[in-house]
Amino acid sequence: MAIFVNRNTKVIVQGLTGGQGKYHGLRNKAYGTQVVGGVTPGKGGTDVEGIPVFDTVAEAVKATGADASFIAVPPKAASAAILEAAAAGIRFIVCITEGIPAQDEAKVYNTLVRDYPNTRLLGPNCPGIISPGKCNIGITAGEIAELPSTSKKNVGIVSRSGTLTYQALYELKQRGIGVSTCVGIGGDPVPGTNFIDCLREFQADPETHAIIMIGEIGGSAEEEAADFIKANVTKPMSAYIAGVTAPAGKKMGHAGAIVSGGKGTAQGKMDALRAAGVKVGQNPTEAGTLMAEIIATLS
Amino acid sequence: MDLFEYQGKQYFARFDIPVSPGGAADTVDEAVKVANASGFPVVLKAQVQVGGRGKAGGIKLANDADEVRFHAGNILGMDIKGHVVKRLWVEHASDIAEEYYASYTLDRSAKKHLLMLSAQGGVDIEEVAAKDPTAIVKLHIDPVDGITETTARQAAIDARIPAKAVDGVAKILVQLYRCFTEGDCDLAEINPLILKPTGEVHALDAKVSLDDNAAFRHPEWEEYRATEELDAREQLARTHDLQYIGLEGSVGIIANGAGLAMSTLDVVNQVGGKAANFLDIGGGANADVMAAALEVINFDKEVKSIFINIFGGITRGEEVAKGIVEALSRVDLRAPIVIRLDGTNAEQGREILAKAGIPESKLMSKPTMLEAAKAAVALANGK
Repeated sequence: MAIFVNRNTKVIVQGLTGGQGKYHGLRNKAYGTQVVGGVTPGKGGTDVEGIPVFDTVAEAVKATGADASFIAVPPKAASAAILEAAAAGIRFIVCITEGIPAQDEAKVYNTLVRDYPNTRLLGPNCPGIISPGKCNIGITAGEIAELPSTSKKNVGIVSRSGTLTYQALYELKQRGIGVSTCVGIGGDPVPGTNFIDCLREFQADPETHAIIMIGEIGGSAEEEAADFIKANVTKPMSAYIAGVTAPAGKKMGHAGAIVSGGKGTAQGKMDALRAAGVKVGQNPTEAGTLMAEIIATLS
Repeated sequence: MDLFEYQGKQYFARFDIPVSPGGAADTVDEAVKVANASGFPVVLKAQVQVGGRGKAGGIKLANDADEVRFHAGNILGMDIKGHVVKRLWVEHASDIAEEYYASYTLDRSAKKHLLMLSAQGGVDIEEVAAKDPTAIVKLHIDPVDGITETTARQAAIDARIPAKAVDGVAKILVQLYRCFTEGDCDLAEINPLILKPTGEVHALDAKVSLDDNAAFRHPEWEEYRATEELDAREQLARTHDLQYIGLEGSVGIIANGAGLAMSTLDVVNQVGGKAANFLDIGGGANADVMAAALEVINFDKEVKSIFINIFGGITRGEEVAKGIVEALSRVDLRAPIVIRLDGTNAEQGREILAKAGIPESKLMSKPTMLEAAKAAVALANGK
């Protein structure tokens, strides 16, 4: 088991002929992901190292039976690419594009909710998703993800930050703790998938026994997650929140990472998570150590 | 990017939102010229991006050219909470019958646009919210549908805007929404939105924050970039296209990834140090980017040690290490470096650094983030 994706997930790459799309698309395929096609308008009929390229997502879906899409196109083209995938019946979209205007994101999100309720968008501005040994969509280095164990306890990871996602994977790998699925939800103001969506899936996933959550300053997604955890999550959790020392009013690299009007501080988020029974670390390593302790008590 | 008031008003005018006739002035003579063209009496307003400029003496009324000279001379060069006034906005003084408040933002939690409207304007809206929350109408708008004049009218009525002003307010709400969406704002706020004794409604102030991600479709933002308040370090970083934010501490920070960079600041703080900056060099870490980053850090005279925190994912440790060694050969650094290199092929990377022949007084390698932070802070504190 895994969440959102599995061994049978068939992926097309929108932007497969571009630099990023080709590099990561081929890496995903080499990892064992079923990358069945690519989409680049005007390049239909060609191929990228044997992966067929189509002009439209609809054609790609018809020819390959793809149910997931990996979008690696520039910010200008990303909104249209997401909506094209949804219209073609793709049920899971991963968009790694950084720099999409917030107004476009808000429009796309609400269009998906209204017109394509069965489509899930992960991102934008996210590293993607990996279910170790089964499926890797996005830019995560597969080699730092520990395979889930059938005999021991496994951890699910959900994170707003790319490099901190890797850090979390690495902390677990060093301790030999398996990962069921690792989801990077991205650092933009309007993410298609939020903490709660992932926590709900992890709670229901029999292969996931504990959860690590990595948040950062800005917005109130962590506080809302804390409310959800209190009411719905019985699996033990550890967490880390980045940005304790971030100055107010500055976007810290991610478009969504900003403390404004005294709201969205790291301290407020840590307090909310602690109150929900989550063990909160002062740094990523400590969150990993806390998780190792949790796993030890479960085994 | 936050706009100055005068830029906000010019931006409003692009979307037909009525503002007072006026202009910007950098000298006393220019202020007099603008005042004459706008018609007396005029208001002179210090252009600084900080609250409380009225209380600080940065906003003055002038009835004739002599008064303009007097006040402009005082306000230009004035220090308001650390912001030196370089520019004035001079506009015809409006007669005010009533003051309202209107703004649009993105409600990240609801994932919809949020209109806030109140008949109690001219004061800090947070204060109104604390004292009398019912005085503020909060209306969510679906970004796919947008706002109609009918909805805007109803919002005005709900906010207890007097009947004589409802049409004028509704019209501006529609225009301000266009400014917010088509103009790619993170925030578009009018406080106060005024009703004149003659019955017209118009914007007396403008607070506009633009979404940097939308800059590619707004060539007109170029002029705003030029006046952005950046310190010298941030200016240098911008020429190198680096994601840099200047801070007050003595430990220079370079990290790959925004989350890791934020986390690095936190860990430095946790062990008793203070970061001099936030700097995210992105996923890769080639020699060019690393050299540019080191140059920017080196420019900061307060930096006493440099903490490079790299996690190799797809970018392998040995590639990162090679980049650092090459960058070090190009930049002559004042402060010593502590590096933490982890992730894919970190071992090989550390070996390359160790064999590069750089003395430990200049480059020290530590296996974990916490140990590296401790070492960097000790160096910064002269230990």
